[in-house]
Amino acid sequence: MNWVDTFRAGVDAIITHRLRSGLTMLGILIGIAAVILTVGLGEGSQQQVSAEVQALGTNLLIISPGSSTSTTGVRGGFGSASTLTQTDAAALESPVVAPDIAAVAPTTSSSETLTAGSTNWTTSVVGTTPSWLSVRARTLAEGRFIDAADVSSDAGVTVLGATTATELFGSQNPIGQTVTVNGLPLTVVGVLVSTGSTGSSNNDDQAIVPITTASQRIIGGTSRIAVQDIYVEASSTDTLSAAYQEANAELLSLHSITTPTGADFTITSQASIVSTATSVDKTLTVLLAGIAAISLLVGGIGVMNIMLVSVTERIREIGLRKALGAKPRMIRRQFLVEASILGLAGGVLGAALGVIGAEVLPHLITNPIALSLPAMIGSIVVALAIGLVFGVYPASRAARLAPIDALRSE
Amino acid sequence: MTVIPDITDIPESRPEGPEPVIALDHIGKTYTSGSLAVEALRDVSLTIDQGEYVAIMGPSGSGKSTLMHILGCLDVPTKGRYRLAGEDVDDMTEDELADVRNRRIGFVFQQFNLLPSLNAWRNVELPLVYAGVPRHERRERAIAALGRVGLAQRVEHRPGELSGGQQQRVAVARALVTEPALILADEPTGNLDTTSSADVLSLMGELHDSGRTIVLITHEASVAAVAQRTVRILDGRITEDSARPMMQGRSTA
Ligand SMILES: Nc1ncnc2c1ncn2[C@@H]1O[C@H](COP(=O)(O)OP(=O)(O)OP(=O)(O)O)[C@@H](O)[C@H]1O
Ligand SMILES: [Mg+2]
Repeated sequence: MNWVDTFRAGVDAIITHRLRSGLTMLGILIGIAAVILTVGLGEGSQQQVSAEVQALGTNLLIISPGSSTSTTGVRGGFGSASTLTQTDAAALESPVVAPDIAAVAPTTSSSETLTAGSTNWTTSVVGTTPSWLSVRARTLAEGRFIDAADVSSDAGVTVLGATTATELFGSQNPIGQTVTVNGLPLTVVGVLVSTGSTGSSNNDDQAIVPITTASQRIIGGTSRIAVQDIYVEASSTDTLSAAYQEANAELLSLHSITTPTGADFTITSQASIVSTATSVDKTLTVLLAGIAAISLLVGGIGVMNIMLVSVTERIREIGLRKALGAKPRMIRRQFLVEASILGLAGGVLGAALGVIGAEVLPHLITNPIALSLPAMIGSIVVALAIGLVFGVYPASRAARLAPIDALRSE
Repeated sequence: MTVIPDITDIPESRPEGPEPVIALDHIGKTYTSGSLAVEALRDVSLTIDQGEYVAIMGPSGSGKSTLMHILGCLDVPTKGRYRLAGEDVDDMTEDELADVRNRRIGFVFQQFNLLPSLNAWRNVELPLVYAGVPRHERRERAIAALGRVGLAQRVEHRPGELSGGQQQRVAVARALVTEPALILADEPTGNLDTTSSADVLSLMGELHDSGRTIVLITHEASVAAVAQRTVRILDGRITEDSARPMMQGRSTA
């Protein structure tokens, strides 16, 4: 008996017992669809999180004042002297000192009230340099960004976030209009494209001004060269850790600190933010996939149960086949192939249901679902294996039946 | 002309000649279910030669089916030796027994034992499937066998769409499709009316005429009458082994 004949016998048996085969497949089908959807859900939200974080700027390092290790290291607030300065930022821009750093954007910020005509709006005024646009991976909706000339001349210009522009000017074109901060008039030269971000740090509600204008004319304070954060862009993802090392070494030497643990600044990498965010989702995915895997196991036990019933019910058929010359291994193979076909069909249909679910579900829940081809192929293979594994016991029971016992039973 | 051997002879003492198809040597079969032991066969010795047509008769429960299952290698005796065409069945592996059933023996059962989900020719081709015959040849041979039993017009019908007599003819076609030397039939007419019985018996006669050895179990004297030799059993023992009047031989009481 060759494989084609065995396969045919299996398909015949499955078609003959349509309802029973269908119900058995259903167990595997639901399990596979559940696995594909939960993995897709986990994968989808991971991709969403990392896409959101990536949108803040790629290859980004953020240097903040204060030590992450020191217990007394309190981050400099408004008015207090910060440990980071524009000098630090300028040093990091040197291609000799830090060859792997592509761009540096020091920032200072404070919450101020902007007035335009009769309207006023309190927002975060951020003083920075022209590099900010590329370092933070932002783009302009209209107008221009602040340039080097604005910085060197403490120019009274500002670029508004999308929300800020709408709040102050409504549907009017803000370019060329004037807003007043602490009595200082600023000309609006550009508006940023909305990032669509929400939450505590709203990237769309801010007013960007030259860093010199901010420190000399708006914020003031004791140290006019102090900055709050320095955003550093590495030349590529691969050089991120080199950039980290260079920035760390340069700042330690500029601040005359000899022990790395005594650092008065903290460098955070974008990668570390992504990994923290996604690790939470990974745990959830593993948990959900575990539950789905259990449902697959239940499906597998269903296959075994049905195959055992099938062996008992078809005991006369088995006896007859043996009387006609079927060897034990041929009977075993027939039942194994039957179980595998049930598993495989359940897997393929389950994958199809998963794909349909991935189309329909995002309309009902907000989470995105990312289906991956390897995961689908993998789960179909798993379904086939489940059929095979849970078919082994019933098949060998069928193979071991003595022909006469099988024939005699009614 | 075949000479029927004295059944009291043990096989080893037979005169030189072609090996008998069947040689049972003091066969016993005891079924034990729990503490209860049923002796279905006791000390049965029987030799059947190539080309014989033997009817086995006896009342219900006398051990006829048990005997046929042993002859057909479907069951093993608990005592004695069984040699099929000279080979000791006891020495054969399960796979070899399967081959023997497949190539040398054709079965016809009282309950027909057709697979209801397969049509007539797919039922008939089953022994050829296990013999490893290629598909196109199987179909040809199955249809030819169905032609021989007069069912050329019913090859695509399923058992449920056939009468009892037709179903038994399908079963006969299945038994002869591998051209086996030995046909074992356990009450093949037990579930059939007189006309259908006559059809099946005439098929058996044709098979015998083409040189096959036939062992037919029945409890009807009219059925046994078609055979050349009748073996009667009672309570698991052979009580009589007669040759028909035109045959030489003798009967024991
Ligand atoms: N599997 C079994 N377990 C126990 N006893 C059995 C078994 N099979 C048969 N027997 C017993 O062995 C004896 C012979 O049975 P067998 O089926 O050979 O009779 P038979 O001559 O074919 O009868 P019938 O004409 O009714 O078919 C009976 O007493 C029966 O009860
Ligand atoms: Mg019987």
